[in-house]
Amino acid sequence: MPAPLSRALRRALAVAAVLVALAGLWELYIWIWTTAGWTWPFAVDSTSMPHVWTIAKAFGQPAQVNQPALITILFHKALFTMRESVVGFALGAVIGFVLGVVLAHSRLLQRGFLPYLVASQTVPILAIAPMVVVWVNPKLPGPLQGWGAVAVIAAYLTFFPVLINTLRGLQSADARALELMRTYAAGRWSVLWKLRVPASLPYVFAALKLAATASVVGAIIGELPSGLQSGLGGAIINFNQYYSIEPQELWATNIVAALVGILFFVVVLGAEKIVVRRAPENVA
Amino acid sequence: MTAVRRAADWGPALVVFVLVIAAWEGGIAAFHVQQFLLPRPTSIVQSFWTERHTLWPAGWYTFKEALGGFAVGSTLGVVAATLVGRFKVVGTAFMPIAIAANAVPIIAFAPIFDVWFNPLSPRSKMAIAAVLCFLPVMVNTLRGLQSASPRQIELMRSYAASDLEIWRRVRVPTALPFLFTALKVASVLAMIGAIVGEYFGGSFNALGVLINSDAQVFDFVTAWAGILVASLLGLSLYGAVVLAERIVVRWAPQNRGS
Amino acid sequence: MSDPVVSISHVTKTFAQGNVTALQDIELELMPGEFVSLIGPSGCGKSTLLRVIGDLIEPTSGAVTVNRKTARQARIDRDYGIVFQDSVLFDWRTVAKNIALPLEMLGWDREKRRQRVAEMMELVDLEGFGDHHPWQLSGGMQQRASIARALAFEPALLLMDEPFGALDEMTRERLNLELLSIWERLGSTVVFVTHSISEAVFLSTRVVVMSPRPGRIAGIVDIDLPSPRGVETREDPRFFELVTQVRELLRKRGEHLLPEEEGL
Repeated sequence: MPAPLSRALRRALAVAAVLVALAGLWELYIWIWTTAGWTWPFAVDSTSMPHVWTIAKAFGQPAQVNQPALITILFHKALFTMRESVVGFALGAVIGFVLGVVLAHSRLLQRGFLPYLVASQTVPILAIAPMVVVWVNPKLPGPLQGWGAVAVIAAYLTFFPVLINTLRGLQSADARALELMRTYAAGRWSVLWKLRVPASLPYVFAALKLAATASVVGAIIGELPSGLQSGLGGAIINFNQYYSIEPQELWATNIVAALVGILFFVVVLGAEKIVVRRAPENVA
Repeated sequence: MTAVRRAADWGPALVVFVLVIAAWEGGIAAFHVQQFLLPRPTSIVQSFWTERHTLWPAGWYTFKEALGGFAVGSTLGVVAATLVGRFKVVGTAFMPIAIAANAVPIIAFAPIFDVWFNPLSPRSKMAIAAVLCFLPVMVNTLRGLQSASPRQIELMRSYAASDLEIWRRVRVPTALPFLFTALKVASVLAMIGAIVGEYFGGSFNALGVLINSDAQVFDFVTAWAGILVASLLGLSLYGAVVLAERIVVRWAPQNRGS
Repeated sequence: MSDPVVSISHVTKTFAQGNVTALQDIELELMPGEFVSLIGPSGCGKSTLLRVIGDLIEPTSGAVTVNRKTARQARIDRDYGIVFQDSVLFDWRTVAKNIALPLEMLGWDREKRRQRVAEMMELVDLEGFGDHHPWQLSGGMQQRASIARALAFEPALLLMDEPFGALDEMTRERLNLELLSIWERLGSTVVFVTHSISEAVFLSTRVVVMSPRPGRIAGIVDIDLPSPRGVETREDPRFFELVTQVRELLRKRGEHLLPEEEGL
């Protein structure tokens, strides 16, 4: 078997092994806690911790009468949320990058605006989400309304890590390399594109990995106050209401949400491997 | 540090602050922006003061949740990093899981935490904050513990130092700057986690619930005042960590004075 | 005739499952009070040999005796001090506490430590800098602190791995003189790895020339320059002869040294 194929196979097996191990630990925890009757940290029963097979079965069944199977519904909701995340991610990444480039060139602007950009992250988006939704939606063209506002919220969570890391990355260009460029009488633009940007790529990608997750979180959170039913956020609220009756549906939704987050992360990871072939592992 | 340098450092930020607030205030008046969407700064500050009997205690209540979660999550993170650092076997199996776990939107689990720990109890929100803090602290502390240079290790071996002594005298001090970087990130996440957690249900003593209910009745002025409270509290926790860092990690490059 | 301080017998060290032979069948004896330099181009194994003596690397085969014990026992008994090219001072300790590090580990009480640290700082000319932090010191001063630390518990043997390699020429020459005076005062045995022919000849009683692929001893040059050595030694005709001798030994194996040959 050729090397990359066997490596991919080994990795797939490792992932499967981990999943089986996690499921095993879950059931073990349930078994120990129910047998011993412990109530700390919380009481274990079929509502608080449904069995793995209950959750698995729930995927195949409809949540309500005359509806397609849960997995189909969740799939479509996941797509809806993913659209918001991707658009929000793209928007936030571009804004973050551009802001980073601008701030990198002016220490004055940095000192003026950076504290507020940092402080902006202490504002809980969930709190301003309803206002963003009310404000943005009317400004969007028809088909973009609803999910478009959520994409903006996702962008809000995405831009900051990209901004900070772009800034650090652009400033990380070796002083001697900068001097070299100056001996070529290179103008600011050349220095930017030929030196600083390539030097900043490892940092930017480290941020993009964080941003990928942030955009999914932003999308889900953004859906909550928007009352949007078509996404995972809506599904979470929905199944939360039925939790005492059918806990496994919320768990199933969360598993799908987790998978979406991981998928996004893996995609960015893959893009990084292609673009930055010698990305340092532990940057930023 | 001379007064002039201090002014140069903080001046621009101050100028921006004044300009933005002035533009905000003036813009709302000039363009007749609906008050209910984006209130004037003066209205917000006014509400911040007049509503203080509900907002401030609520803020404190939520802050305690965040603080508790911050403490628990960070401690567990340090413990986990130490275990993984000492026992390499645990590490190689654990790291990919940790990386994947980092990509999971924890917030989706907020309702489940509510089920586990009674939505009206602060513990459910503390749990969210703790989970959000755990990962950055663990990953960064671990990186710090592994960042001792080979020369430093060789030096200790030349003193016939035991593993424990190397740990104590080299690895732990080297890890401290990394730990504090993570704590700064965690401090912000903790407060946000607590508030977002409260969206799904919580006691009316809680800030997040208050902000949400104000928004729902379109009382945006008070909602913004509540956001201001949340933001100030988050910044103060962050500031406390920065202060602690200055004291504990006096040797880190950013803290080196004269 | 006293026993050798260090005795290296048929030592071989291979890496990468035998693909890289860092040291091949090294035979060397060092007598007490000697100042021996190990010199050679990159890959000749000089740093590896130093670490084998210090039991920081285990030889693949052969035996190393230090102070009439195995290298391992000598390390456990802390019979040597080591100085690296990087001063490896801990940023979170003051200079005084850095020098005191090995004494703390030996369990000395506070007063004894304070006294010894004061003596050491006087020895390396760092008095008054005890309360500073490493980053507040120049490169040369950091290395002096590193030497003070290595000598703090008065080991019989001092191992030095290109300690002055990162410093400028003038600081280097000054530290060479200081090192010699410390060596004369304490009477320790020194094993000194360097890239610089002039430094090796200036400091040593013997210069061991090594060559790479595989790492082995190409030759040993006895340095019969008079003691104590000073600035004028570098202008002694005998100095130039010895430098040339060492250089010839290096060239004979078809290897050329890195640009340390100038500046004589």
